[in-house]
Amino acid sequence: MLGVREYTRVTEIKGPLLIVEGVSRVAYDEIVEVELPTGEKRRGRVLEVNRNIAVVQVFEGTTGITTTGTKVRFLGKPLEIPVSEDMLGRVFNGLGEPIDGGPPVEAEERRDVNGAPLNPAERDYPEDFIQTGVSAIDGMNTLVRGQKLPIFSGSGLPHNVLAAQIARQATVRGEAEEFAVVFAAIGIKYDDYLFFRKFFEETGALNKVAMFVNLADEPAMIRLITPRAALTLAEYLAYERDMHVLVILTDMTNYAEALREISAAREEVPGRQGYPGYLYSDLASIYERAGRVKGKKGSITQMPILTMPNDDITHPIPDLTGYITEGQIVLSRDLHNRGIYPPINVLMSLSRLMKEGIGPGKTREDHAAVSNQLYAAYSRGVELRSLAAVVGEESLSKVDRLYLKFADEFERRFLSQGTRENRSIEETLDLAWEVLSILPEEELTNIKEELIRKYHPKYRMQAQAGAQQA
Amino acid sequence: MSVRGRIVRISGPLVVAEGMKGVQMYEMVRVGEEGLIGEVTRIRGDEAYIQVYESTSGLKPGEPVEGTGAPLSVELGPGLLGTIYDGVQRPLPRIAEVIAEKAPHRRMFIERGVNVPALDRERKWTFHPGDPDTGRKPAPGDTVNPGDVLGWVQETSIITHKVMVPPGVHGRLKWLAAEGDYTVEDVIAEVEVDGETRGIRMMHRWPVRVPRPYKVKLDPSEPLITGMRIIDTFFPMAKGGTGAIPGGFGTGKTVTLHSLAQWSAARVVIYIGCGERGNEMTEVLVRFPQYTDPWTGKPLMDRTILIANTSNMPVAAREASIYVGVTLAEYYRDMGYDVLLVADSTSRWAEALREIAGRLEEMPAEEGYPSYLASRLAEFYERAGRVEALGSPERLGSVTIVGAVSPPGGDFTEPVTSHTKRFIRVFWALDTKLAYSRHYPAINWIISYSAYVDLVEDWWHKNVDPRWRSYRDEAMEILMREDELMEIVRLVGTESLEERDKLILDAARLIKDGFLKQNAFDPIDAFSPPEKQFKLLQMIIDYYRKARELVEKGATVAQIREAVGRLYVDMAKAKFDIPNDRLDLIDELRAKVLKALESLEARLG
Ligand SMILES: Nc1ncnc2c1ncn2[C@@H]1O[C@H](COP(=O)(O)OP(=O)(O)O)[C@@H](O)[C@H]1O
Ligand SMILES: [Mg+2]
Repeated sequence: MLGVREYTRVTEIKGPLLIVEGVSRVAYDEIVEVELPTGEKRRGRVLEVNRNIAVVQVFEGTTGITTTGTKVRFLGKPLEIPVSEDMLGRVFNGLGEPIDGGPPVEAEERRDVNGAPLNPAERDYPEDFIQTGVSAIDGMNTLVRGQKLPIFSGSGLPHNVLAAQIARQATVRGEAEEFAVVFAAIGIKYDDYLFFRKFFEETGALNKVAMFVNLADEPAMIRLITPRAALTLAEYLAYERDMHVLVILTDMTNYAEALREISAAREEVPGRQGYPGYLYSDLASIYERAGRVKGKKGSITQMPILTMPNDDITHPIPDLTGYITEGQIVLSRDLHNRGIYPPINVLMSLSRLMKEGIGPGKTREDHAAVSNQLYAAYSRGVELRSLAAVVGEESLSKVDRLYLKFADEFERRFLSQGTRENRSIEETLDLAWEVLSILPEEELTNIKEELIRKYHPKYRMQAQAGAQQA
Repeated sequence: MSVRGRIVRISGPLVVAEGMKGVQMYEMVRVGEEGLIGEVTRIRGDEAYIQVYESTSGLKPGEPVEGTGAPLSVELGPGLLGTIYDGVQRPLPRIAEVIAEKAPHRRMFIERGVNVPALDRERKWTFHPGDPDTGRKPAPGDTVNPGDVLGWVQETSIITHKVMVPPGVHGRLKWLAAEGDYTVEDVIAEVEVDGETRGIRMMHRWPVRVPRPYKVKLDPSEPLITGMRIIDTFFPMAKGGTGAIPGGFGTGKTVTLHSLAQWSAARVVIYIGCGERGNEMTEVLVRFPQYTDPWTGKPLMDRTILIANTSNMPVAAREASIYVGVTLAEYYRDMGYDVLLVADSTSRWAEALREIAGRLEEMPAEEGYPSYLASRLAEFYERAGRVEALGSPERLGSVTIVGAVSPPGGDFTEPVTSHTKRFIRVFWALDTKLAYSRHYPAINWIISYSAYVDLVEDWWHKNVDPRWRSYRDEAMEILMREDELMEIVRLVGTESLEERDKLILDAARLIKDGFLKQNAFDPIDAFSPPEKQFKLLQMIIDYYRKARELVEKGATVAQIREAVGRLYVDMAKAKFDIPNDRLDLIDELRAKVLKALESLEARLG
């Protein structure tokens, strides 16, 4: 183990970077303490070492640092945080230090915030259905325990309300145990933070929540650490303390922007829209810290939130996120403007782990088929809606007009629900059948005959009538 | 004598060491006190630029770097099948065991510096001298050449592993082991090469960046049946062919590659998870052991090798994983097997190239990718093909390569997609719009193509039905025509179309719902045997042909639909309602449909 070494030859300062010369035996990725002539201390880490020159990134920024009189101490270890069950109920800054006035954390263990990649051969495949009570999610984009499912939103859309509703209502049926929540605020506005804080207080969940907070007016470089610190605690709680942990990371767009800033300062060859070429790998090192592992009871379910710049899903941040996460819940400005809550664009949304979490014994045998049929019918309805806008409804066939009606009812009855409305999966599926029954039965080409006979309202009514007669 | 130098610079996965005079390009080196695996990618003076396959966090200038004298190589021999490796061929379950010995609670994480051999050194295999097919056995005194079969091992229930004279060894056989149990390191033959005796073991090493030699490359001649209708019928793959499947996120690249790995008529499957999700590898590990190979009825894992370098694992190893995989594929090809290699995703591999190139401060070409991106892609796909293998007895083998491409924003004009297109013969273009409406597989039938249609026609005509091509082409025509008609529909709606054109829309819908859409997770529909594919298509096209006849006689589409009634839905659902062993039911349904149309014809007079 290296001890602490101190150097003072700062030769260059650019953006968040310090160039320190004359160093020896400095390790790549080592953590650094920078002491200003005023006595103020900041933290940083080594981004590159070239012979006796080290490139240091200062988390709190370089404002006020001078090339003379600044002491740079290399601490001989990577950035670590203490991890303990007692951290639930506490509030930390973006580097994992308590800011709630409480006592320092009694560390059971200290861990490198970078974590280590999970061995794919040691993972367990996530398959436990989480009922969120939100029809568009449970019915068509089912969440399972150990999944990473982000919300793609836009500024002004109700992603916070939806995330809070999910956090409040999420349960695994047949289990009493609640989720522990690790919440990372990454460069968000104070009122957004307050919203979540109040929400956790109101639900009485505060003692099951650990918050890592970096606000919009705090140093941007810390944002690169905040989600990692949060996930380091989550991993400890899940894999050492058998807890089911829900991790909410908001807003990952702020994270990616901080990464772009540091990349620009290093004069790296930029990839798309100025984001570094390694943005994908870097995001993956965060998002992949979710899941279940063999022989462990606990799990990490991740719900990152990101705002799509200009509502553009092809922007590098949502694009690369979608390439890594196990689906996405996409919010739509159009639905929001039409007063629909939750404004989930189901067509663009996806849950990749849905298939393992649904079906007989988990939800219901008709779940997969009903979901497929809703997708097929709603996408047809939406397409016909834009067609009708051009050619007029009367130029559509009778069946096509029924599809228009279906799309409206789907949005009005199935999609829409209250912010406190908690629907069971049976309610969700029955509602789906009701709106599907607007269409002629021959249109239900995704559903096997036997399921139609069993669940279609028409046959159910017949069966009920038959039962009453008997 | 191995080279020994010292680290002078660390920047992410790139390490520069000095004092490396004499090191070879692409030599494998051990980096730092922990001996991390790295590979030399550039030499300048006595400095070597090294890409390191493990995390470089904590490395310091001054730490040692040691050459191994050999390029990055894989171990080839029995014991590869059924295994999951990381990007540099370390078995992942063994890594977990080694870590657990030191720290049980860290078992699930991959820590660096773990040294485990690719092939189990203790395990004994029963070696049988001679060729398993012909029984021919080389005798002492015989001249032997590379590729000659010395004996065999029953590696798994599916694969008889041929133990061959390694490339480069020509000489006189001095001794061949008798039947018995041997480890991969035991000598099983001795060959006199230039007066020197060389021991041959069941295991040998091969540098991953060098293609394995063969006698001649041949044109592909047979389809690689996959059980996916849109692929086999419309855009077929050939054994020894190359294909790419580009698509934005969520369009179905991985599911399609999983299906290919699961259902294809290949003898050996190499699945490379290159920079993608951990859970997708886990899914294969959990799911495949529950399934059997549809062609042999034996456990699916017995024909599969997995290579996992997921997105959160070190980026340089991602670059290597592609070469590791294709070298293993060539090895089984050399035994005379048809091998399928799927790589998910080649874009992540290209990004790894870009990242390393960026750290080397190389001049970037398009979108930051190095100028050699195209030639690297070409070299990779060039390693596919059907070949006559080296040695005797004569054998034909093939490597089929299918690569997923993940274009940013789903834009196919980006460098990786556009360069890949130059080197592949089959293009399965995934369409975000189809995926949004859950039309899976979301392969767009207008822009996809296969250069192997003419080539596989013979096979279909001989093995399935001589009318295959005409049905296929007619279905394709209907789909093309529908695409044109939709332009008009967007302007005037459907009601004002002529009946003939309405029928095209009606038939196209049936082709889409009843044939093209295929649910990879439906127990019946996931795999569609060639006969079923043909019968479904025949049913739909015969319906269309007869209906067109009626339309020409003045019938309306509404009348036709009324006449067939529920049979229309039955046609659309036949793919999953009719089990694969009851294909007679499709013929029955087709007969009913035609009868219904005939009675309409009679009524119309
Ligand atoms: N053939 C198919 N049958 C059923 N579902 C499919 C099929 N192909 C794709 N899907 C659905 O689409 C989702 C995304 O597919 P995936 O292959 O993971 O996309 P990609 O690799 O292109 O991001 C899957 O999780 C699955 O729900
Ligand atoms: Mg994929």
